[in-house]
Amino acid sequence: MYFLFYLMLGFVLLFLNNDLSGAVITLMNVIIILIPLIGTIFGVMYYYNSKEFTELLLAQPVKRTNIFLGQYLGVAISLSASLFFGLGIPFVAYGLFQSAVLSHFVILLVTGIFLTFIFTALAFNIALSNENKIKGFGYAILMWLFLAVIYDGLFLIALVYFQDYPLDKFSLIATVMNPIDLSRILILLELDISALLGYTGAVFKRFFGTPLGTSLALIMLLLWVILPVWRIARIAAKKDF
Amino acid sequence: MVSIQNLHKKFGKNTVLAGIDFSVEENGVIAVLGPNGSGKTTLIKSILGMVISDSGTISVQKNDIKKNWEYRKNIDYLPQIANFPGNLKVRELITMIKDLRNKDADDQTLIDFFKIQPFLDKKLANLSGGTKQKVNLVLCFMFDSPLIILDEPTSGLDPVALIKLKEIIHREKAKGKTILITSHIMNFVEEVADRVVFILDGKIYFNGTTNQLKQQTGNPDFEHAIATLLSNHDA
Repeated sequence: MYFLFYLMLGFVLLFLNNDLSGAVITLMNVIIILIPLIGTIFGVMYYYNSKEFTELLLAQPVKRTNIFLGQYLGVAISLSASLFFGLGIPFVAYGLFQSAVLSHFVILLVTGIFLTFIFTALAFNIALSNENKIKGFGYAILMWLFLAVIYDGLFLIALVYFQDYPLDKFSLIATVMNPIDLSRILILLELDISALLGYTGAVFKRFFGTPLGTSLALIMLLLWVILPVWRIARIAAKKDF
Repeated sequence: MVSIQNLHKKFGKNTVLAGIDFSVEENGVIAVLGPNGSGKTTLIKSILGMVISDSGTISVQKNDIKKNWEYRKNIDYLPQIANFPGNLKVRELITMIKDLRNKDADDQTLIDFFKIQPFLDKKLANLSGGTKQKVNLVLCFMFDSPLIILDEPTSGLDPVALIKLKEIIHREKAKGKTILITSHIMNFVEEVADRVVFILDGKIYFNGTTNQLKQQTGNPDFEHAIATLLSNHDA
């Protein structure tokens, strides 16, 4: 279903809009919000739905971390594959490889996949720590809401409140701390429309344009995946069933 | 076979196991009895590694089970509540467990024995409680492991299936297996058990044969002997 959604979205955007880079931008906005949401919801739902099966597995000669990491990877990988093929096929059909926007598309996919892995891991973490399904689901949605919407709101408020102070470093750090904002910035930079962001855009470009900046961004995204996954393994090892 | 030293487990503020020392070396049937909340299932789940104890050691076949999972290859387990994924068919579940265990399994004999042939292509969510329990029993006994753990095996069984269960327990016992059973049903326990372990409030209060129990409590009747034990230790 998810795959079909992306397939449709890709085709519609591309063929209705003869502008390939316009399609990429619209896609970016969709992806930034939708992928984390889907990863969160599917992650939590899958965990709670397979709880009974998990208990069956726990009595078998199978390592606990293998059970849970296996479930996590199963969800993350299948969501990523839907994204990859769902978007890939229309783009290739439209003639992606001949156009200059190949790298734009690549960065979209890369950040999309990162976000999938990150939010699925976060969702599993929340589900593992909450026996109560309703609470678990609620916390997961709140987590998504916070990272996708509220964080930016708070950031803007801080910017306005402290506007008399030089805020470059603060903006950089605040952006890097949220995987959604980080992805957004990476995509915008790649698309080279960071001019839209004004002065802050220039700061970002100056920082992320450097190899140090890009590698830092990638490392942060990796950390956002690795830390939750490590916590999944730790909780799984100690939890009582 | 199984050796437990000084096992402690708390769930939040609730102390469920308060220093259990218990070992099983012999073949035969050992029944673990006790009122609700005494810690029987927690004890069983601790042996299986599903519950992680706070302190104490558990060894199965001389191997410490901490951080170990391979030892479960030699344990057949019947859970108290059969948690099966509802959308799988019986046949699919059996195949899946066989693949997971990677061990020889004689499922066909047991399918015939418990007469679940007509249900093989039905989804687990659509089965009655008794039929699910029979599937549970097939999954448990099909692997021929030296240690068998049964948690309330009689629940949901009709009288015919109950007789079959007793038959299978006697058969496995004759093969030299060690069988650990928890149950509430006194005449079932009396019929199958060689040794009885009585747990109350997380501690063992009696560990001996059924005859010893009757002598100790001065009760010729097993059920009344247990009742005496219970009332003697009423807090």
